[in-house]
Amino acid sequence: MSARFEPITGRYMHLELFGRPHRIYVEEAGQGVPLLCLHTAGSDGRQYRALMNDATITAQHRVIAFDMPWHGKSSPPEGWHDEEYQLTSQQYTTMILAVMKALQLDKPIVMGCSIGGRIVLHLALEHPEEFRAIIGLQAGAHVDPYYDLNFLHRPDVHGGEVCAAIVSGLVGPNAPTKERWETLWHYMQGGPGVFKGDLYFYKLDGDIRDRVAQIDTGRCPLFLLSGEYDYSCTPEETMAVAASVKGSEATIMKGLGHFPMSEDPEAFIGHLRPVLAKIAAANK
Amino acid sequence: MIEQLSDRVNADAGLVRRGRFLSTTYLLEVGTTPWLISIVDGRVAAVTRGPFVMPSWAFALRAPEDEWAKFWEAHPLPGSHDLMAMIKRRVLKAEGDLQVFMANLRYFKESLAKLRATGASA
Repeated sequence: MSARFEPITGRYMHLELFGRPHRIYVEEAGQGVPLLCLHTAGSDGRQYRALMNDATITAQHRVIAFDMPWHGKSSPPEGWHDEEYQLTSQQYTTMILAVMKALQLDKPIVMGCSIGGRIVLHLALEHPEEFRAIIGLQAGAHVDPYYDLNFLHRPDVHGGEVCAAIVSGLVGPNAPTKERWETLWHYMQGGPGVFKGDLYFYKLDGDIRDRVAQIDTGRCPLFLLSGEYDYSCTPEETMAVAASVKGSEATIMKGLGHFPMSEDPEAFIGHLRPVLAKIAAANK
Repeated sequence: MIEQLSDRVNADAGLVRRGRFLSTTYLLEVGTTPWLISIVDGRVAAVTRGPFVMPSWAFALRAPEDEWAKFWEAHPLPGSHDLMAMIKRRVLKAEGDLQVFMANLRYFKESLAKLRATGASA
């Protein structure tokens, strides 16, 4: 078998965030309308590799994913070894806008999954003019903790093993074996306490239930795509957001789980294409 | 049916290997019927049906009979397809020394899924 390269380019960007220097890993592929992709808690931008390898998407979109600080190939900032990592709504929003500015993205489509699906609701509310359209994957306004998060970061439980085992059932039952275990491998590779720190945003700080109805889709269109087997952000929770945000469009993706773009890219892209086509038609 | 757990788990070399540092006894409550399941070095050594007079166990997993029946279907519906999904719905109660359970979560998910009609993994 001869070597083959994917059309994805990866670079390290030096960027000041929250008053501290950061080294952020950014991947992209394609040309056209920028499509900025946000990974789930405790994982990284590799979740969007299939999207970046899909020629039908990249023919018209510049698909970009960055690893958040502490995730993937983005290091934590200097001094991290004496800190507890905790993601807040404010940091998350600041980081996304800073990355957009640094990459000079002009009104991108932003698409986030899980914590990314939550923060895009915050963006829809607070920064709608910055975006051409917003796509929330597995997006809900709030998730109640349903297990003791301390198990994610303690010395007598292997962090990588437990993070993957916690989320394994969030992958839909029909996901291809290769993609299922690739998705879980990303969880196994997370740094100590990083998944837990992201869930601080997901389960505590990022609760947007009391404001979600104020999202104005006249200022920025909102699309919601959620997998049927997700028990973290259930289809009912996504439909509740859809019901309270006038003009939003929601689709429940049959058979899929919490990581549609990485657990079953082919099925997911089938759901994404019509959404991107609608956004393109509206911007003609 | 629960008695089949030892044969089905012990026949899966990969599962036993992943559990090689696991030795414990836990209580599996299926409706009103308690079972004690003993694991030694990843192998299910004993499956004992209650009632018990003075059972000792590290942790317990308790759910109504119909909820376990849904979990053990060949193709469970969303919400019944995973132990954490059942915990989220508050139909499965995990209690006791959960460090053992959480440190070996993949093992327990996959071993209990062995009782599915197909014996498929979790």
